[in-house]
Amino acid sequence: MAVIDAQGVYYRELNQEIKGLLAKGEKEIILNNVNGQRYIGDGLTEQAKLIIDGTPGNDLAAFGNGAEIVINGNGQDGIANTMNGGQIIIHGSVGDTLGYSMRGGEIYVKGDVGYRVGIHMKGYQDQQPLIIIGGGAGDFFGEYMAGGRMILLGLNRAEGQDIVGNYVGAGMHGGVIYIRGQVEDYQIGQEVKISGLDEDDRKELIGYLQDYCQEFDYDLEEVLDAEFCKLEPRSARPYGNLYAY
Amino acid sequence: MKGSRAEEKIMSGCAISGILNRKGNRFSGEEIIDSIALMHERSNGLGGGFAAYGIYPEFKEQYAIHMFYDDLDAKEEVEYFLNRHFNIAVAEKIPTREVDKISNPPIIWRYFAMPNEQKLSEFGLADDEYVAQSVMNINANYRGAFVVSSGKNMGVFKGVGYPEDIGDFYKLEEYEAYLWTAHGRFPTNTPGWWGGAHPFTLLDWSIVHNGEISSYGANKRYLEMFGYKCTMQTDTEAITYLFDLMLRKHKLSLESAVKAVAAPLWSEIERMEPKEKKIATAIRTIYGNALLNGPFSIILGHKDGFLALNDRIKLRPLVVAEDEERTYVASEESAIREICSEPEKVWTPRGGEPVIGLLEGREEVWA
Repeated sequence: MAVIDAQGVYYRELNQEIKGLLAKGEKEIILNNVNGQRYIGDGLTEQAKLIIDGTPGNDLAAFGNGAEIVINGNGQDGIANTMNGGQIIIHGSVGDTLGYSMRGGEIYVKGDVGYRVGIHMKGYQDQQPLIIIGGGAGDFFGEYMAGGRMILLGLNRAEGQDIVGNYVGAGMHGGVIYIRGQVEDYQIGQEVKISGLDEDDRKELIGYLQDYCQEFDYDLEEVLDAEFCKLEPRSARPYGNLYAY
Repeated sequence: MKGSRAEEKIMSGCAISGILNRKGNRFSGEEIIDSIALMHERSNGLGGGFAAYGIYPEFKEQYAIHMFYDDLDAKEEVEYFLNRHFNIAVAEKIPTREVDKISNPPIIWRYFAMPNEQKLSEFGLADDEYVAQSVMNINANYRGAFVVSSGKNMGVFKGVGYPEDIGDFYKLEEYEAYLWTAHGRFPTNTPGWWGGAHPFTLLDWSIVHNGEISSYGANKRYLEMFGYKCTMQTDTEAITYLFDLMLRKHKLSLESAVKAVAAPLWSEIERMEPKEKKIATAIRTIYGNALLNGPFSIILGHKDGFLALNDRIKLRPLVVAEDEERTYVASEESAIREICSEPEKVWTPRGGEPVIGLLEGREEVWA
């Protein structure tokens, strides 16, 4: 295990140091006093673990493909862009466009997320990305979603805070979103169908939430003891006939 | 603007930051420089600037006019105008220091002045309107001269360079303000020049802006009807004038002005309670041309505090935090934590949701 004090270190030097250590076979790196440094953990293919204390900068863990990244704090914008594999665990809240175009791996967030989370997320056969969020989310949640799973729990929300904003799943044509609570018709995109959970859905949900709840010390039974709704696309090709005259 | 970064692709967007001490206690420019400098990657060295409120207590009744001049001829011509229209208490060079990374600054001057009483009664104008019209006149009609700021007990310090170097150039560590805002520029649509750096100001309004206003043409034509002249080759100045129009001339509340520039979508208005719906509909109807379309996050500074705002669908970032005496806003949370590592509260406003920070005791004035 290696420890880096990131206090005041420019992002290029910091990321070079991380990559240098991983190239030498280091399996676990603790980054202390991180504040604002960008691109941490981008493009990592190693089976390694980064533990970040502080507030890492934008575009964390882009193109991640195998590493495990833990943030003890809040994240910013653009985390896990086009992530293909690995796991990201965030013990705080994050900004906008988390998991943009994500195509594999898992992201757990304990708190809230911003706008445009999981947009353009996609899946193929057994490669199904997963995002689980403990708090609430902003607008455009799962916009253009094409695959994978997103689970929004809405726990510990501030007074008056909605579980999710508007335009949920606008343009959605694949994947599934589970929300612990209800969404109004005006909140969702016209391509989205809302339903309750059946037995199979519930089994799937429990499968996903077991590990998540353990990670953040949430009580699984309490989390499950609520009405969930399921959002999925009405059609896999909503615009198939748009330009076919 | 060549240099070591010329061949790299730079992924970026502008940076904004602001710090208000709600009790009115003043503090030096060092913290705002540290905050904006942390977001260095969001700028490209083509513009940086700061607005500072409370810096001239010894002249707090006078208008502090900060000027850029291309050459001495421009300075002479504007000073001829100023001398005829104002009583000038002090005219002096704004102190700067040599900074390697800052080159070709204009002539940078400031004046502490009051409108000439005789001219004022001749034109029958209130002080603020007289000053605002003088600013428009200089900016539109005097070649090589540019009013940087024109408020009382405040000033703007800006130029071409990274914001931290601009702050160093102007020796901002020597000033004390109760409100600081800052901008790091990444110009996309208009040139990087000294006058084109943010903040953009009129009287004591200042705007720092990350984003672009695609409704600029409509906003500009609307403002021209009220005598505003957009001459700065950028969309941001229009935002400053819109707030001046709505808040100073039309005396709207901050909340109402927000509903004009970031109007709720018609679909949202449909779902409102009757009274709220009526107000929102009226504002959208009357101030339709003040609607700012396009991605933005802005901080509007003024003598009593600030208003921070995102566009309605939040295409630019904005984070807010508070501790015992201060309110912070910035493009990134880390830029706040750089100067306040453990704020009591950190949050991100929704698109179109205003964050209003005011000095204690000034809340009612803006309601």
